[in-house]
Amino acid sequence: MVPKKMSGIKFEILSPQEIRRMSVARIVSAETYDDDGFPIDGGLMDTRLGVIDPGLRCKTCGGKAGECPGHFGHIELAAPVIHVGYAKLIAKLLNVTCRECGRLRLPGKVREKFLSEIESRKELGQSYDEIVKEVYRRAKAVKKCPHCGTEAVEVKFEKPTFYYIDDHRLTPLDVREWLEKIPEEDLPVLGIDPKACRPEWFVITVLPVPPVTVRPSIILETGQRSEDDLTHKLVDIIRINQRFMENKEAGAPHLILEDLWELLQYHVTTYLNNEVSGIPPARHRSGRPLKTLAQRLKGKEGRFRGSLSGKRVNFSARTVISPDPCLSINEVGVPKEIAEELTVPIYVTERNVDEAREYILRTEHPKANYVVRPDGRRVKVMDANREELAEKVEPGWIVERQLKDGDIVLFNRQPSLHRMSIMAHYVRVLPYKTFRLNPAVCPPYNADFDGDEMNLHVPQSLEAQAEAKILLAVQQHILSPRFGGPIIGGIHDHISGLYILTRGEKLFSKEEVMFLIRNLEVKDLPEPVIKDGKPFWTGKQIFSLILPKITLEFKAEICRGCDECKGKDCEFDAYVVIDDGELIAGTIDEKAVGAFKGMIIDEIVRRFGNDVAKKFVDDMTHLAIRAIMLTGFTIGIDDEDLPEEAIAQIREIVNEAERRVFDLIKAYNEGNLEPMPGRSLEETLEVMIMRELGKARDRAGRIAERFLGYNNPAVIMAVSGARGSMLNLTQMSACIGQQSVRGERINRGYTYSNRTLPHFKPGDLSAKARGFVESSYKRGLSPVEFFFHAMGGREGLVDTACRTSISGYLQRRMINALQDIKVEYDGTVREQSSETIVQFRYGEDGVDPMKSFRGRSIDIDRIVKEVLGG
Amino acid sequence: MYEDILRNVTLPKSIKDEIKRKLEEIDVDEETARRIVDRCVEVYYQNLIEPGEAAGIVAAQSIGEPATQMTMRTFHYAGVAEIDVTLGLPRLIEILDVRKKPSTPMMTIRLLPEYAKDRDKAREIARKIEATYVKDVADISVDIYSLKIVIKPDERALRDKDLSVSDLKKILERKLKMEIDEEDGCLTIQISPDVEKPYKTLMDIFDRLKREVIAGIKEIKRVIIRREGDEYVLYTEGSNLKRVMKVKGVDFRRTLTNDIYEIYEVLGIEAARSAIIKEAKETLEEQGLNVDIRHIMLVADVMTADGYLKQIGRHGVAGSKQSILARAAFEVTVNVLLDAAVRGEIDELRGITENIIVGQPIKLGTGDVELIYRPKR
Repeated sequence: MVPKKMSGIKFEILSPQEIRRMSVARIVSAETYDDDGFPIDGGLMDTRLGVIDPGLRCKTCGGKAGECPGHFGHIELAAPVIHVGYAKLIAKLLNVTCRECGRLRLPGKVREKFLSEIESRKELGQSYDEIVKEVYRRAKAVKKCPHCGTEAVEVKFEKPTFYYIDDHRLTPLDVREWLEKIPEEDLPVLGIDPKACRPEWFVITVLPVPPVTVRPSIILETGQRSEDDLTHKLVDIIRINQRFMENKEAGAPHLILEDLWELLQYHVTTYLNNEVSGIPPARHRSGRPLKTLAQRLKGKEGRFRGSLSGKRVNFSARTVISPDPCLSINEVGVPKEIAEELTVPIYVTERNVDEAREYILRTEHPKANYVVRPDGRRVKVMDANREELAEKVEPGWIVERQLKDGDIVLFNRQPSLHRMSIMAHYVRVLPYKTFRLNPAVCPPYNADFDGDEMNLHVPQSLEAQAEAKILLAVQQHILSPRFGGPIIGGIHDHISGLYILTRGEKLFSKEEVMFLIRNLEVKDLPEPVIKDGKPFWTGKQIFSLILPKITLEFKAEICRGCDECKGKDCEFDAYVVIDDGELIAGTIDEKAVGAFKGMIIDEIVRRFGNDVAKKFVDDMTHLAIRAIMLTGFTIGIDDEDLPEEAIAQIREIVNEAERRVFDLIKAYNEGNLEPMPGRSLEETLEVMIMRELGKARDRAGRIAERFLGYNNPAVIMAVSGARGSMLNLTQMSACIGQQSVRGERINRGYTYSNRTLPHFKPGDLSAKARGFVESSYKRGLSPVEFFFHAMGGREGLVDTACRTSISGYLQRRMINALQDIKVEYDGTVREQSSETIVQFRYGEDGVDPMKSFRGRSIDIDRIVKEVLGG
Repeated sequence: MYEDILRNVTLPKSIKDEIKRKLEEIDVDEETARRIVDRCVEVYYQNLIEPGEAAGIVAAQSIGEPATQMTMRTFHYAGVAEIDVTLGLPRLIEILDVRKKPSTPMMTIRLLPEYAKDRDKAREIARKIEATYVKDVADISVDIYSLKIVIKPDERALRDKDLSVSDLKKILERKLKMEIDEEDGCLTIQISPDVEKPYKTLMDIFDRLKREVIAGIKEIKRVIIRREGDEYVLYTEGSNLKRVMKVKGVDFRRTLTNDIYEIYEVLGIEAARSAIIKEAKETLEEQGLNVDIRHIMLVADVMTADGYLKQIGRHGVAGSKQSILARAAFEVTVNVLLDAAVRGEIDELRGITENIIVGQPIKLGTGDVELIYRPKR
């Protein structure tokens, strides 16, 4: 399919002649419909302008509604009016041209010099704005016309459309006459293309009337017609226009005519743009400002961003998502109801005509919904015509069959911040009403299951399907182009599960092993450990079953950063050693298989490619879920219980910190505090208090950590990286710590008496009075603490809300600035429209960040190991 | 030996150096070394970016996506606890917007070897750089009754700044263009009662006096001296690269500012490019976000490709696009169209947005391929 090529679009200004030439009807009547509800000839709904009512035919082209694109009409204005969009340009022109001869107030030679400069800039494809600006600046300063010697007068411009010489207002007619005098040769240096427009066209004499199809009226439930905003505005214009004409003919006084002229100007102005500053916007009867031409184009929902750059599409679905660890990462569970609605086209050829016929004849799920005949007619397949259509179907037809297992679809979650937000999945038609996905693909979509919805699109052409399968498939996106590491990997229970499975030397009986590996394609079991005459397998052996033949060594997430690393003899089992696909030592945790970090996934992708890595992630998720099911894993409120002894210690620490804070305040009050360099005394005190209280929270946390122990499930989740952090846990069990607003202790409230709440004395700087929360979440907060905590929490919420809009705009600007940049076949990076070379070699070394090894061009260590090893 | 093997290999220099270092480290024979190098070349070619890749969009996404996770908190203490600097999202926006003045200008000044080791010499330079106001070295008071401003110098402060009372007098006379009298250790400015509005003049001069910088560089509000390794480094609040570079004892090759526009004006466009890369990278890293440097480099290159600094946005890169439709789809839609009509501009539909708008395939990735396979019948 090679599409028609459009080579360019030229922008010009319509001349009055052109407007009349393209017009099919002169509109004279302000009425739209007659009493019978038929459009009036010469009215705004004239059938020569096209039709919107079904049943009527366009008088110009004979097309019915939907076929006829519409045709322009025109209104002859009784008096010319200024075009608001060009009002400022007109003002500039009036100030640089002579009022007598109309020529640019610069000597011919100077003009030629500027002209040649502009020409050369144009040739080089550079901007010539500055030169034009300079022309205006220079010509404005000339006080006497060098051509005819007339004194220059300053024309004052008053927004939006008024011009004054001294105190005398210029009528648009005067302006138009003046602009007519500007000779063609002077235009290029003024930044005007004489081929595209004449300055006098900035003053409107003939107004084009857009076709009815552009401003369709809608019929309300009551049967009343509701006209489009543009029609309303045009009615106003015609009405005033007519009144003006009548008054002129009747020889009305000058004053009245002027008022009407101004009114006409107002209506034309608001018709073009209803948000001009300086004049009140035209309003609908209900008080809502009208949406006129400029408003239709502008902004997010405007024509450009809303209808041209982005469109609504067919063949798509949206529903809530939920997890299903039994699916592969490149599958998506589609509810049957959706699968029955969405269709995939079968382009019928000799080879698949039988298959297509079969779909037409089917009456259940994967059946044909529609057939499209070669003449483009779309026919719904129903019981009545099923047999007939099956008979008739032949090469050249298109059969739209329902979505079924194995079809490729695009899956998307907004906001689509990076390319991994749209990936191709294979369909699995499932019962119930949600889209199902493997939780390992949550990180690239940034999805969770608290009510998130996602969209699904069915690619319709074979090219699109092939592209989706090859380029957009989930496994192609395991590595992120952002940092060259895996972005798909285990989360939450996957990590806890594998952690429990591989931690230490756990043994599993044959039954248990069979339960664990039931979902995996494992044929042989490794050599078991014999204990009491029965065979047992270790968790590490079971994990090794799903590992491809990789060799790898790294420190796990649970590594405690000992001063001296003992390597694989690590007493905490935190040093992972994998030799030729065999997990020898170490515990599998976030660092090994997690999204963003997953060393093992990273290694597999680089060594064996995306498909093997996909298989590993699938197997890993299946195994992890079974492991966590077998052992059981839960947390409860008593997991955060601390013994009396620990609570006493924590209380002691908090009390001591409060004492120290008190001492600091005392020292400050007595003037014994030494200020830190570059800080005032108050700031120094704050910093020192914050430091003291921060230390207290950390110490309390460490005590909690010690008493919770490493077998506490919440601690397991925190250290293995599955969910939560040690900080969360200590806040739950020991002490929440300092609350802050704007990075400072809480100091707002009663500013005049300098206290946060009436519970405290004015000027109280103690820990408690400034938002230090010494309770734990489990013990509960005192009312005062609760209040401070809410303050800190609120700031977080506001911050997030503001941030999304700001970073969204940043993203939009960046995409807009960089979208035309691509890598050429010669390795250079260029901007497409100007062909500017941006980089001679992409990223200085030409390496794809996705394929790079965490930023480095090549992974030398691996290559060396590979060459030396084999 | 390793150099010979690498000589005729087509690899970027930095990679060659890295290979050489590694080979020297593991110390292997020529045969193995050759095999390693061959493999490196093979891997390098595999890792090259593919032609047609939408490098720009990937770069924009790679920076924009983590930006959603950045903090809005403006101030934070980075490096030097005493100086507040803008960080996080606001700072990133500032860099990409090419603001003429960053909200928290800051300099890192390193000194020439003979000054860097000596604390006193470092302090000496700090004193020369830091802006000193009249009020730092003297008490200023107004005597309204006799229309006089009395400046009472603080001997110790003056000595600290290496100034004398007569120095102060000279400087002030030059700055204010006024006669200053000296009487019993105090400097006085007498306003003649004959001038128009004598009291207003008095207060005006008083206000000016408070703002007047008598020594140092006006922009540099504060200097902090820190020991880093075996040398003393100066950190300043405020920035004036041009003047600081001229100060004797300053090693201008290792002196930095976070004001990118200033770097562009003083050191040129290439320096500005490096500064953008460095600042953006540090801003992202400080937030713990991992972004490949190639993306940041591309953004910096786009901003500097024309030889002058262009911001990311309406007044820069996006605004100087040739395509009318692309500009109209971005911002200020109506004006773009009106201006295009006056100039008779032609949109040649070569970019992405334009082709999306008119409904044609775009020239990126698979859309960039013109070769079509037509099977024989």
